[in-house]
Amino acid sequence: MKHYDHFTTDVLVVGAGLAGERAAIEAASRGLNVIILSLVPPRRSHSSAAQGGMQAALGNSAMGKGDNPDVHFADTVKGSDWGCDQDVARLFAENAPIAVRQMAYWGVPWNRVKAEKRIYDGKEIQEDPEKEGLITARNFGGTAKWRTCYTSDGTGHSLLYTMDSVVLKLGITVHDRTEVLSLIHDDKRCFGVVSRCLRTGQLRVYTARSTVIATGGYGRLYGASTNAVINEGSGMFVALETGKVPLGNMEAVQFHPTGIVPTWILITEGARGDGGYLLDKNHHRFMPDYEPKKKELASRDVVSRRIMQHIRKGYGVDSPHGPHVWLDIRHLGEKHINTNLREIANICRNFRGIDPVHDLIPVRPTQHYSMGGIRTDINGIAYGLEGLFALGEAACWDLHGFNRLGGNSLAETVVAGMVVGDKIASYTREADLQYSSSLIDDHVGFQEDRIQALIEARNGDENVYELRREMEETLSENVGIFRSEGPLKKAVSKLHELLERSYHVGLTSDGKGANPELASALRITGMIKLAYCIAAGALAREESRGSHYREDFPARDDDNWLKRTLAYWPEGAKEPVLEYEPVKITELPPGDRGYGEATRESAESNSSS
Amino acid sequence: MSQRELAIHIFRYNPEDPNDEPKTETFTLQEEEGMTLFIALNKIREEQDPTLKFDFVCRAGICGSCGMLINGKPTLACKTLTKTLPDDITLMPLPVFKLLGDLSVDTGTWFRDISLRTESWIHTDKPFDPEAEEERMSNETALQIYEAERCIECGCCIGGCATANIKPDFIGAAGVNRVARFMVDPRDERDEQAYFDVVGSEDGIFGCIGLMACDDNCPIDIPLQGQLAYVRRKMAAAGWKR
Repeated sequence: MKHYDHFTTDVLVVGAGLAGERAAIEAASRGLNVIILSLVPPRRSHSSAAQGGMQAALGNSAMGKGDNPDVHFADTVKGSDWGCDQDVARLFAENAPIAVRQMAYWGVPWNRVKAEKRIYDGKEIQEDPEKEGLITARNFGGTAKWRTCYTSDGTGHSLLYTMDSVVLKLGITVHDRTEVLSLIHDDKRCFGVVSRCLRTGQLRVYTARSTVIATGGYGRLYGASTNAVINEGSGMFVALETGKVPLGNMEAVQFHPTGIVPTWILITEGARGDGGYLLDKNHHRFMPDYEPKKKELASRDVVSRRIMQHIRKGYGVDSPHGPHVWLDIRHLGEKHINTNLREIANICRNFRGIDPVHDLIPVRPTQHYSMGGIRTDINGIAYGLEGLFALGEAACWDLHGFNRLGGNSLAETVVAGMVVGDKIASYTREADLQYSSSLIDDHVGFQEDRIQALIEARNGDENVYELRREMEETLSENVGIFRSEGPLKKAVSKLHELLERSYHVGLTSDGKGANPELASALRITGMIKLAYCIAAGALAREESRGSHYREDFPARDDDNWLKRTLAYWPEGAKEPVLEYEPVKITELPPGDRGYGEATRESAESNSSS
Repeated sequence: MSQRELAIHIFRYNPEDPNDEPKTETFTLQEEEGMTLFIALNKIREEQDPTLKFDFVCRAGICGSCGMLINGKPTLACKTLTKTLPDDITLMPLPVFKLLGDLSVDTGTWFRDISLRTESWIHTDKPFDPEAEEERMSNETALQIYEAERCIECGCCIGGCATANIKPDFIGAAGVNRVARFMVDPRDERDEQAYFDVVGSEDGIFGCIGLMACDDNCPIDIPLQGQLAYVRRKMAAAGWKR
């Protein structure tokens, strides 16, 4: 008798956020059996925390007039600093309006156009009465048009609850509180996963004709992150640990300009999109000095750097948690704040005891998003193993290149779910599933042995929480917004040491059942490998592009670095192996972003320093 | 700020272990500035007892994972600042839901069951046309739907509900509010009799005895009293016509 439960299905989706659920819906609608695995109940997934909105070129709002997928495509490519795959960006921009309307059809209560006059940043806006009742949009960074569709500031919540209602309606099986420990594969094909039940601690096997990773980002590798605590990159590292699947552009890490100090909870870009200002310690609105054209609404990488640059010049507000700047939304008025920005108003009240109707909000750039991830082709097929797909933040599709625009992540999850979901369904209908039971026993046995070793502290007594803190500090201090060779080398060597120590973790508790210390211990090695890929990729990339800013190589270098990093982790290796592939340029050749340090429109940033 | 020493009394029980018995354990902790129960519980797990079970996900009051009884009141632990509490803090798991261990309860399974029983999705016979413009809706209607849609399914209204505590199948305020969300949505083509079928029973709206603890306890201030009244009025009228 087997000592583990074994489930088999057509499509196995790992992750029940927006991307995973949307792909599952597509596959189930095509008559396939689908099982979704999730660390948490689906509606608790981190998609629910996305606040500001979803970009789609509907062109309904007055300030979005004339918008179309061409403009959305160009904004996305410029935002990516030409690091994205332009075929993917084109596919995405064309499908985003369909995706947003389908979500409306399924029940998302998008905010609608109201034929009224408003004052925005000193200008009067008159909405078109003929558009009344259509889906409206707000302003977001790095966009030529107002394109970000929203439901107040709970867009991710509305999208996820609606998506999950369709999952329920279709009767798709969800196994929540389940954590994937490894992919079952024979170096050529993926057959499913070995997982651990977080209710009982039991191991379970899932085999499937196709396996889909949609586990989101790894924000929690950094000590300070806007991300939920479950965002530990597990889907990425189980793919990396196959030795066959590469991660793309792991050095491309997004820092959101406005995490609230000191809990680092996100304050939506919608706050600036709706007209909020950034102020320094003298209450001076400094962004127009650096970015006369886009002001607070340049792309996130640029605004985050400008904030840190201004703080370095001594204009930050001192606090026990380090210097910060202020976000000012007071002039938007109580009614607007308490409806369209209600969630962030509550966050300010609950976690800081301040009321943004009357008070300034203390903010600092904070780790927020991973442009990198499991490298896939335009169909969502992972490199390196047959039968494996990835999408959403867990994937490097590669829509975002070196900087993602606000509002493009929700849009990516839903569009990729639709497009890649269709490819998954087509693939799965043709695919067969043949594996030897000994292969599965081997993979389960490997995990059982790991668990036993941790419980017995067979290989040592390293403390998992201590290792974790050191990893977080290493990344936060050395692989942040401003990067250079010295700190990056320090990070790489420290992570090398931490990785070695991670093989000697031993539990202090008994590890019985759904023991949380054991869960952390099972993740730590994979997490450190991801951190290593980020640091090593950043050290190797001797240029500045999007969010990856090297102070020792401050210019973008298209001659040498218009290419994507692929990080592999061969079996038994002590460090990642970096390879590169060209970035596909189809329509828009590399040029001026229209904002940021390199642009002609930008004020000379070093004049006063 | 004077740093207090907090005594945190935590319910402990592992239902998976046949030899375990429910008990309360006390952990002492130095209070820090801006400390929330999210910070406090993680410190206890990392420094004092790594077997301690609790659930956090977003730690920002958005995902609804961390409902528990804090000095008897059901609310979200992540947004509860210790400075709002006395030196002695008692933490118990939310009642009604299946206990998974210590402070962790299975709200996910409970809410999935309620959503299925109330068929909480848009019912429509219209197909989706990818080429067509979206159907129009007034912004006021959208905001009205969102007001109910905001529920984060934390279960605080359920844990604090006397009826839910004695009637295992009662859908509670969260369930009724979920139905109200679809009732105000013009895209849902169900008539009042169809709603009556899913919510017009003693396990639905007529099970509510009007104590309104749900309205007091909702950590995100959904106007549950109004939502209960709205659904009750509609369902009373629908029942009359049967």
